[in-house]
Amino acid sequence: MPQNEYIERSIKQHGRRLDHEERTRKKAAREGHKASENAQNLRGLRAKLYAKKRHHEKIQLRKTIKAHEERNVKGAAAEKEPANPIPSYLLDRANPTNAKALSTQIKNKRAEKAAKFAVPLPKVRGIAEEEMFKVVKTGKKTAKKAWKRVVTKPTFVGPDFTRRAPKFERFIRPMGLRYKKAHITHPTLNVTVQLPILGVKKNPQQPLYTQLGVLTKGTIIEVNVSDLGIVTAGGKVAWGRYAQITNSPEMDGCVNGVLLV
Amino acid sequence: MATVVPPPSKRQRRDELERSQVQQDVTAVAAADLGSFKARFVDGDGNQMTDVVEIPLADATEKNVSLLLNTLLGRDREDHTPYRFRIHVSTTSKDSSTPTTTILDFYPTNPSALLPLLASHGITSPFETTLTLAAEPQSIFRVQAVSRLAHRIPGHGQPILCASFSPNSPSRLATGSGDNTARIWDPDTGTPFRTLAGHTGWVLGVSWAPDGSRLATCSMDKTVRVWDPETGKLAPGGEFKGHNKWVLGLAWEPYHLWRDGTPRLASASKDGSVRIWVVNTGRTEHVLGGHKGSVSCVRWGAGGDKGTGLIYTASHDKTVKVWDAVQGTLVCTLSAHAHWVNHLALSTDHVLRTGYFEYGKEIPDSEEGKRALARERFEKAARMQGKVVERLASASDDFSMYLWDPMNEGTKPVARMLGHQKQVNHVTFSPDGTLIASASWDNHTKLWNARDGKFINTLRGHVAPVYQCAFSADSRLLVSASKDTTLKCWNVRTGKLANDLPGHEDEVYAVDWSPDGKMVGSGGKDKAVRLWRN
Repeated sequence: MPQNEYIERSIKQHGRRLDHEERTRKKAAREGHKASENAQNLRGLRAKLYAKKRHHEKIQLRKTIKAHEERNVKGAAAEKEPANPIPSYLLDRANPTNAKALSTQIKNKRAEKAAKFAVPLPKVRGIAEEEMFKVVKTGKKTAKKAWKRVVTKPTFVGPDFTRRAPKFERFIRPMGLRYKKAHITHPTLNVTVQLPILGVKKNPQQPLYTQLGVLTKGTIIEVNVSDLGIVTAGGKVAWGRYAQITNSPEMDGCVNGVLLV
Repeated sequence: MATVVPPPSKRQRRDELERSQVQQDVTAVAAADLGSFKARFVDGDGNQMTDVVEIPLADATEKNVSLLLNTLLGRDREDHTPYRFRIHVSTTSKDSSTPTTTILDFYPTNPSALLPLLASHGITSPFETTLTLAAEPQSIFRVQAVSRLAHRIPGHGQPILCASFSPNSPSRLATGSGDNTARIWDPDTGTPFRTLAGHTGWVLGVSWAPDGSRLATCSMDKTVRVWDPETGKLAPGGEFKGHNKWVLGLAWEPYHLWRDGTPRLASASKDGSVRIWVVNTGRTEHVLGGHKGSVSCVRWGAGGDKGTGLIYTASHDKTVKVWDAVQGTLVCTLSAHAHWVNHLALSTDHVLRTGYFEYGKEIPDSEEGKRALARERFEKAARMQGKVVERLASASDDFSMYLWDPMNEGTKPVARMLGHQKQVNHVTFSPDGTLIASASWDNHTKLWNARDGKFINTLRGHVAPVYQCAFSADSRLLVSASKDTTLKCWNVRTGKLANDLPGHEDEVYAVDWSPDGKMVGSGGKDKAVRLWRN
């Protein structure tokens, strides 16, 4: 870690070395050769990283060129018309259709019966009980029986949950693996909002996991969407909406999902 | 079997009927010994209407007081006009010797609430003071709140952008759409009536002539077209070209100002100009240039020095300009807004729109008779303190609204209406000119007093921006259209939701209440026209 801006300080005090301008010019002139050499000779991970970097650079380059070209065009550009018809009071406004809650397309899709039960993640990896639960041996006398289980996956536990007496507690859901909020993406809006989880609707693995509120990839959860201002067909404000978990919460340490609309 | 009592005689039945019709509001709840108060009735201009009378407090419901006033004025049962009362309370504060008058806008519904209400304004014993009651005549008909979807009429191929009912009765509904057509619908049968095809861009606005004989449409293709609504054909020479950009709004000349049998039409465009067309010939009479931005709204009022008409235009250059309709000269510029001005409303909008059509009145046969009736209606609606006052409300993106009186107050606003938390999109006067309703992006509709711009009530219920709102012809109900796919019908008096009208599948862009009050028409992004009835 550099302490203070010593390079700048030195430059201010002593100036640059006398051939600095020439060296930078030459370095810049050789940049193409260097890039070419790298592109040809790098191998493995470094090649991959280099290609990615170069790709992004080129995108930026093209964008800049395009911007310059547009700037150089003489005369007024053609009047841009919005794609969908909107009333006169919405013209000239900053794209209000972007924040559109329910698109007709999705509604048409939902009208089809088959699509009604379609979810973004139709298939999930099966999780065995051995992976899901860890055996706990508690108590002096009953330790041999080992009848208690710890859930090793993240869970959602309702706000009014209290643990049962140790004797009757068959499943332990660790505090550290409990989640109350999920990052839910609205598929048409392309926005992601952190929303409180209301409950676990269905865990596709097992009904038992649904009961326990286990959050794995593909689980359908109910989230509180009152902030989003979504309205049902009947004109009521939607409160709870279903969403499907799209990541593996046990690997990532957070719950991400997509809203089912 | 016990003896059956004989049925009441005809006379008894008639008496019973009369009692039930007249005195519906006698409530046994109020104690009989509440005392009484003296009431002086004044009309809107402050002139005393009758002698001071004493009214027992227990029976002093608004309905009974209204009945009493009608009796005092010596009217027949058939001519009874329902009245609404405002209570003028004059209080003398300690530091100033002149009494200040506060006006209570709403008469309490329950007579027992009257005494606490007066006490809260410093009148402990109304028995000793004389209360001044300002009587406002209500419309003699009553519009019922729309409650059900009567018709869903598909037809348009693209979202519906504007809707308007014709002024005559039975009225027709015209809608303009993104599929480059305007369509006329027959609301009674719920069927398409005419398709007006010809525009090559979205139809952004439709407007009926005040006599209902012509329909004007304006479009993205920079033209204005005038149609014959009966045949659905373009009127001869009815395509007006001249604007350089989209035409956003239209306004017809008020009926009683039509000169030599031809109406004029004003159109507002994005190119910053307003053009006035002579409809029969298609000639441009004036081009009102002066705005530096897109002109968002145009209104044609019948005010002015000699009552020859004024044109009001609102623009994105933050100003409202007032023009002389005959000479086409600028009268004044109203610049108080700090952002785009989105919409304008005139206190006389309703009478100018409906021309000579009035409930319960015959349509005169002659041209002069029609014109006289239209003028009489206008002057009745605009008369305030003995002079013609045409007020203007402007809604803006700076979250505020202004109330103007350009004829009498000049460029000084009468009031500034603050309270919305986002851009105000739409503003409208009630047909009787006493209320202003404003629709805003902050999901609320607000009601304001049109006399002094005081805030009255907020109508909460929508969960998305409210795009438009429309009053019923009797000013007792308001319907608002929102992005949240619903219409909501509000009781203006109580500020409560009268009916929630779900049914649209997408955003509702346009709503209108027919001038005869029978139905509400709405259209939006889901392409189907919907008609709502009670």
